[in-house]
Amino acid sequence: MSEETETLQELADRKYKYGFVSEIESDFAPKGLNEDVIRFISAKKDEPDWLLAYRLDAYKRWLTMEEPHWAKLHYPKIDFQDAYYYAAPKSDNDGPKTIGDVDPELLRVYEKLGIPLHEQEALAGVQQRKIAVDAVFDSVSVVTTFKEELSKVGVIFCPISEALKSHPDLVKKYLGSVVPVTDNFYATLNAAVFSEGSFVYIPPGVRCPMELSTYFRINAAKSGQFERTLIIADKGSYVSYLEGCTAPQRDENQLHAAVVELIAMDDAEIKYSTVQNWYPGDENGKGGIYNFVTKRGDCRGDRSKIAWTQVETGSSITWKYPSCILRGDGSKGEFYSIAIANNFQQADTGTKMLHLGKNTSSRIVSKGISAGHAQNTYRGLVSVHAKADGARNFTQCDSLLLGDKCGAHTVPYIQSRNPKAILEHEATTSKISDDQLFYCLSRGIPTEEAVALIVNGFCREVLQQLPMEFAVEAQKLVGISLEGSVG
Amino acid sequence: MLEIKDLHVNVFGKEILKGLSLKVPPGEVHAIMGPNGAGKSTTSYTLAGRAGYEVTGGQIDLFGEDITGLSPEERAAKGIFLAFQYPLEIPGVSTMNFLKTAMNAQAKLRGEKELDAAQFLRIVRAAAKELNISEDMLKRPLNVGFSGGEKKRNETLQMALLKPKLAILDEMDSGLDIDALKLVAEGVNKLRAPDRSFLVITHYQRLLDYIQPDVIHILSGGKIVLSGDKSLALQLEENGYDAVINKAA
Repeated sequence: MSEETETLQELADRKYKYGFVSEIESDFAPKGLNEDVIRFISAKKDEPDWLLAYRLDAYKRWLTMEEPHWAKLHYPKIDFQDAYYYAAPKSDNDGPKTIGDVDPELLRVYEKLGIPLHEQEALAGVQQRKIAVDAVFDSVSVVTTFKEELSKVGVIFCPISEALKSHPDLVKKYLGSVVPVTDNFYATLNAAVFSEGSFVYIPPGVRCPMELSTYFRINAAKSGQFERTLIIADKGSYVSYLEGCTAPQRDENQLHAAVVELIAMDDAEIKYSTVQNWYPGDENGKGGIYNFVTKRGDCRGDRSKIAWTQVETGSSITWKYPSCILRGDGSKGEFYSIAIANNFQQADTGTKMLHLGKNTSSRIVSKGISAGHAQNTYRGLVSVHAKADGARNFTQCDSLLLGDKCGAHTVPYIQSRNPKAILEHEATTSKISDDQLFYCLSRGIPTEEAVALIVNGFCREVLQQLPMEFAVEAQKLVGISLEGSVG
Repeated sequence: MLEIKDLHVNVFGKEILKGLSLKVPPGEVHAIMGPNGAGKSTTSYTLAGRAGYEVTGGQIDLFGEDITGLSPEERAAKGIFLAFQYPLEIPGVSTMNFLKTAMNAQAKLRGEKELDAAQFLRIVRAAAKELNISEDMLKRPLNVGFSGGEKKRNETLQMALLKPKLAILDEMDSGLDIDALKLVAEGVNKLRAPDRSFLVITHYQRLLDYIQPDVIHILSGGKIVLSGDKSLALQLEENGYDAVINKAA
């Protein structure tokens, strides 16, 4: 069956495919947020004292902070006491282990989600490249695959709670070094209560032999997910990492506040791709994930490179600005984004490129698609420091509107303190014309498939940046997210 | 095979076709000529089923089946193909991908098996070669930056691959110089077949030098006022629409 047909069939299903709830018995922290809850989480993870102190310090600071309101997002006030900050499957007593020890019920969940957790399965197909997966379920990692094979070349890929035990010095050295505790309201909250996420270390000169990925699943009701991911690419190394996420269909809103920190040393390259498919809420805007995420990469070394690629199709609210600090001379930052907002979804997303080093360059390609009653905002900052001679940026923001009740907004901030910097900005807003649609129809292509085709064409430049396996998934997702958007 | 019976069509509430009747038997090439505003484009859009072209009376039969109420994609699957006067650009979608999507969509609508990637490539390459279309053109985004001649050749390629029973060529010659026109006409002529009919809609007789019609119809005021053989086009060229139409009236 062709990709197109599959798209069509999934369109026909007309619903969020991953909205199921799994009956998994869970351990919860007491509801709400206070010092005891933080101590509870830290104790559950059997953490060192310095980390508990770090968390408590973050919590105290968070209490004095205010939620940011500058984004073009409207939502009722979040009651931070009306949520669980830790939820873990009861069967998971001692944290991660081998696949044979994982609760079969949990394995079935991942099977249903189409995530390969058996190493031999991924090996079976001759054509298929290996992908190592860290599967995070609510607040704990269920299993991480290919750990042994990766460790042979010195690559560390494990849940962050495990890294705290096996490589405490590395974690301590880099945690919070890109996104400081006081960075922003949600990052500070995350520092206080984070419960799982992935840790990656690529040693000098090593090209990571396979794609690494983390798959986040929120399952428990009334719970938030606060993951923390830390990726370090040492001198001259390379890694491509992908994260995916889904959540059950629920009437209430659930909070997801993650922090991701990337560090690239001299000549290192990190490619970070996201396919974000959190439950977006129903067609009336009821339910869905509130996604408040801080992602930042530090091009700490000379000639280092960090590229963010994101396909944002889910969440009721998206507040997310994956950024690059271009500190090393000759370092490069890239941001490729597709943000789709349908029905009553709101997305306020973009990037920050901070040019500090000499001859740094950045490239931003943002494709926003709005349908239904959705509001989609690109918000980006390009900042050039006085010492950043030879800095260059190219920004392209394209918006596509489907229907006449949605909105697209572009808010580019440009600050240059170096007169020699070269900054380019291009922006377009377009609609799918009746003529284009009729042209497709007259060739036998039905409306929804035609819309998916045209939108995929619009997103092409960004889709090309994704690892091949995920590009196909993302293409389908683009079609599904827009189902019912054209009458 | 195509029979249009007393067709009345409104566009934006205004009646444009006022009792159009026409029969095109299998394998024949019929031309519809007419002055500006006669309803030529309305005829082609209505046959292809475009929204906004409201049939208020009469019907369209294809192989004896009434297709008046069908959607554009259902008509396409039944074998109607419209070559556009101004083919549309679809940025980011390669010609190859568009062709594959269209062929598979039609196969699916007809309940046939879809082509696999290898079969598809073989078929497209053969058809493209026949029409002098380069591999490069197949990879470029559909019609984006194509010359007038390339766009029309691309329409011909789509026609060759979709194998319609009835091909409607809407002002195929517009925007083409004489060399490009010859090339496109050559492509169309290769597709003539005993089980395929053509409806060539044109303002000028020039196109008919290269695509020879069996019958010429003159459309005026929303209906056919005169039908005849090839010589009718030469009369038009010599005397102009007014004289010929007035004589017919």
